[in-house]
Amino acid sequence: MYTEKVLDHFSNPRNMGELEDANGVGMVGNAKCGDIMQMFIKVNDDGIIEDVSFKTFGCGAAIATSSMATELIKGKTVDEALQLSNSAVVEALEGLPPAKLHCSVLAEEAVKAAVENYRENLGKATV
Amino acid sequence: MKVYLDNAATTALDSEVLEKMMPYLTEIYGNPSNQHHSFGREAVKGVDTARKQVADALNASPDEIIFTAGGTEADNLAIKGILQKYKSKGNHIITTAVEHHAIMHTCEQLEKDGYDVTFLPVDEFGAVSAEAVENAIKDSTVLVSVMFANNEVGTIMPIAEIGEICRRRKVYFHTDAVQAIGHIAIDVKAMNIDMLSLSAHKFHGPKGVGALYVRRGIGLMPQMTGGAQERKRRAGTENVPGIVGLGAAIEKAAERIAVDMPKVAALRDKLIEGIESTIPEVKLNGHRQNRLPNNVNISIKYIEGESVLMMLDMLGIAASSGSACASASIDPSHVLLAMGIPHETAHGSIRLTLSDKTTEEEIDYVIKTLPTVVERLRKMSPLYNK
Repeated sequence: MYTEKVLDHFSNPRNMGELEDANGVGMVGNAKCGDIMQMFIKVNDDGIIEDVSFKTFGCGAAIATSSMATELIKGKTVDEALQLSNSAVVEALEGLPPAKLHCSVLAEEAVKAAVENYRENLGKATV
Repeated sequence: MKVYLDNAATTALDSEVLEKMMPYLTEIYGNPSNQHHSFGREAVKGVDTARKQVADALNASPDEIIFTAGGTEADNLAIKGILQKYKSKGNHIITTAVEHHAIMHTCEQLEKDGYDVTFLPVDEFGAVSAEAVENAIKDSTVLVSVMFANNEVGTIMPIAEIGEICRRRKVYFHTDAVQAIGHIAIDVKAMNIDMLSLSAHKFHGPKGVGALYVRRGIGLMPQMTGGAQERKRRAGTENVPGIVGLGAAIEKAAERIAVDMPKVAALRDKLIEGIESTIPEVKLNGHRQNRLPNNVNISIKYIEGESVLMMLDMLGIAASSGSACASASIDPSHVLLAMGIPHETAHGSIRLTLSDKTTEEEIDYVIKTLPTVVERLRKMSPLYNK
């Protein structure tokens, strides 16, 4: 059973779609397992994530966690975004069924992959 | 609009069936084992009538019917019961890679216990060939168990051919007919079926009751020990109201096959055609003609099944999925994988199962709604670039 919050983010996903002027894009998961998340971020000169969006192939929880993750990192610095944990996503969604916890891990990884890509684009290696 | 298209999971209890059950839930409460008083004898009457109704639906005799708590118990009793009874004949079982879990997990357990199990592969439509069954039979083979029709993709197996082979090669033949009863006419004698499992709630009967047909002369080791009920093959006080409901439901179901199933099949075909003509890149799973009259199973590319189900549910449509996410397991449906469908396609499969109570308006609503759901989810999918 999903919480109201999960159902809300599933049926009205926030920040869904591609971000045309993204300067960091990350994609995690694979189709074989049934989940793929793509995260787009647009980071400004001050290192703040000005805009973010996602595209997800996956179950209801995968879509809801992606949507929630975009909300949680929007307006944050890239360093803050890297601190985003899967449990913070779960908490914000007021819980996930145990079998769906891996979706929140994927959301955390998608954010990290997007930031990493942004840093690569900047010519800076991630530490 | 509320549309229930998960009739392969369970069906609505028929109101006439409920009516027949009601006296046995109220004033007729005797225990059929107590035949020395009128209360018990009244209950016996209900059970006897039901036993005849089940036997008639299969062209069997009443003494060949054992009532159980459902399809799963009937499958367990058939498989374990016969192997334990005929241990001296051998330890080999032949089954298929697409059986219901009640058969599959029972056979896997037996394998762990030292039995020799052959899981036969199926073709792209989910059918096993009778020839493959014949070729797998060896001296130690005791039992062949092949489902009558597949619960996920609706494919109908060559049961009469397999029955003929098993009879000729002198091995016992069991079929899990849980999905077939009420949809396809079954004659256990003409089809050389030795054992057959069925479950009432799949054809508008109550939940928690089923039956196993066992051809006269075949022994079974009881899996439930205790009292002498069901000719000592299944101990425990009979679920009298459930059994009465099963009898009433199977009688109606048998009558429906000729009358209602052609109409159900026409609606099924309308649904398939409606989906194929409005949604690009969908694939029908299972055989186009050789399938249960009420089953539609499709794979929709680029999206995942559970999210389709959730969105359909929000729009009032109940369906099910072969996706792993919907069942909380890691792998998608073993049936779709056995048919050679890749993991990513299997994740995007949904099953829509009709009943004789499904209306044309409901099917029209699904044909109108599903494409909008698919479009929304594809827009979200990183795999979809159109």
